[in-house]
Amino acid sequence: MTVGMRIWIEKQRNIIDFTLSSLARRKGKNIALLLVYTLLVFLLASVMFFTHALRKEASLILQGAPEVVVQRMAAGRHELVPGRYLNAIRGIRGVSEVHGRVWGYYYDAVMSANYTLMVPRDVSVGEGYIAVGQGISRSRFAYAGDMLSFRQYDGEPMVLTISEVISPGSELVSSDLILISERDFRKLFGMAEGMFTDIVLTVRNAKEVAMVAGKVQKLLPDTRPILKSEILRTYDTIFDWRSGLIVVILSSAVLAFVIFAWDKASGLSAEERKEIGILKAIGWETADVLLMKFWEGTVVSLSSFLAGVLFAYIHVFFTDVVLFEQVLKGWSTLYPTFKLVPYVSVYQMATLFFLTVVPYTVATIIPSWRAATIDPDSVMRS
Amino acid sequence: MRRSSLFFMYLGIQTALLAAAFTHAAYQRGWRASDIAETSAMVRRLELTDLCLFTEARYTRHPSQADMHAPFQDHPMSLEHFPSGSLLGPQQGRR
Repeated sequence: MTVGMRIWIEKQRNIIDFTLSSLARRKGKNIALLLVYTLLVFLLASVMFFTHALRKEASLILQGAPEVVVQRMAAGRHELVPGRYLNAIRGIRGVSEVHGRVWGYYYDAVMSANYTLMVPRDVSVGEGYIAVGQGISRSRFAYAGDMLSFRQYDGEPMVLTISEVISPGSELVSSDLILISERDFRKLFGMAEGMFTDIVLTVRNAKEVAMVAGKVQKLLPDTRPILKSEILRTYDTIFDWRSGLIVVILSSAVLAFVIFAWDKASGLSAEERKEIGILKAIGWETADVLLMKFWEGTVVSLSSFLAGVLFAYIHVFFTDVVLFEQVLKGWSTLYPTFKLVPYVSVYQMATLFFLTVVPYTVATIIPSWRAATIDPDSVMRS
Repeated sequence: MRRSSLFFMYLGIQTALLAAAFTHAAYQRGWRASDIAETSAMVRRLELTDLCLFTEARYTRHPSQADMHAPFQDHPMSLEHFPSGSLLGPQQGRR
């Protein structure tokens, strides 16, 4: 290390020493700023980590979703599909497999909860039995071997035995799921044989999916095909932190913080003005005062940024987003408890840094320059 | 000890913790890969289309299967009223 460089480093360290002492003299005010700043970074980072991890996990998990789902619509509502629709679709060139899905919702008045009932194609659930998701097991205190009572469409009770509780590892997709045999399902809802909730089809050539979907719509105009790419895109945009209510709340928080930072930096107290006046009187250059202000900003920004990001990481990936829980639960009585896989990236850090440190720097740069150009004579006289 | 040394030590600890968080994330991704694969296999087997996040309404339980007017279909002049509706962003590129 050259002598010149050592002198430069020593100068910077002296200025940092002085800046830290100066910040410590106004402890209350600066601690408040640090806390508010850390809280803002924490909130933004929590939202970003949560939504990114959720979207990433959705994109991985839903790779297994059906290639094309065909719904039938009537008067703007989802309608059951008759078996002849399957035969019609089977005739379309390029379609390799077609079958109907049988599934629906059941409102449990005891728990005020909605369940998703589904008939698995592999006949893994026998008649009189059901497999339930972890969420249902938890809320109903029901485990393998227990019986659950349902109310049929005609008011008659139907008692089904739980054969298994679906593994907790897949709770993100199965928390409210009940797997039931086709016969029990049709009996419960009074759904006629040969009717299906919707149709799933597989296309031989992946490049032809959109074309086949177009043909389905042309052949059966009252249907609506949903492609896997659309399902994946839904989850890509659904929790976008740049949209929805989140951005409204967070942008107002950022704005409030910018006003707070600007106010703090511009409203120099008489003591601060005097301090700068004295520094300049004893030989500090404007550049030195600016350097001091630069380090002041860096100390506040870096400390708050790093602390906020760390707290957010703990919040999202260790406490399962405990602070957002009430908002996310909404009116649902069944809510999955899942541990998100942490997907964090340098890009996220850079975005966060841009969203928090840049507004602070912009808000404080002009007041800092004004402070640095104070005339020592006029300050000391006043 | 000089205040600047204390500050740099504090920054160093925080940076080390951040690096630890990144390491933890990488480790968790590897460790949980089998869970993800298992869930994806279940999605394939049961032909599931959505995540079970909000069970309060059909269009929040299965947003990918809901059409654009689903939140307003309860009755004429009905407004979308479930809290999670305000968290879900608008779906793009839907038919």
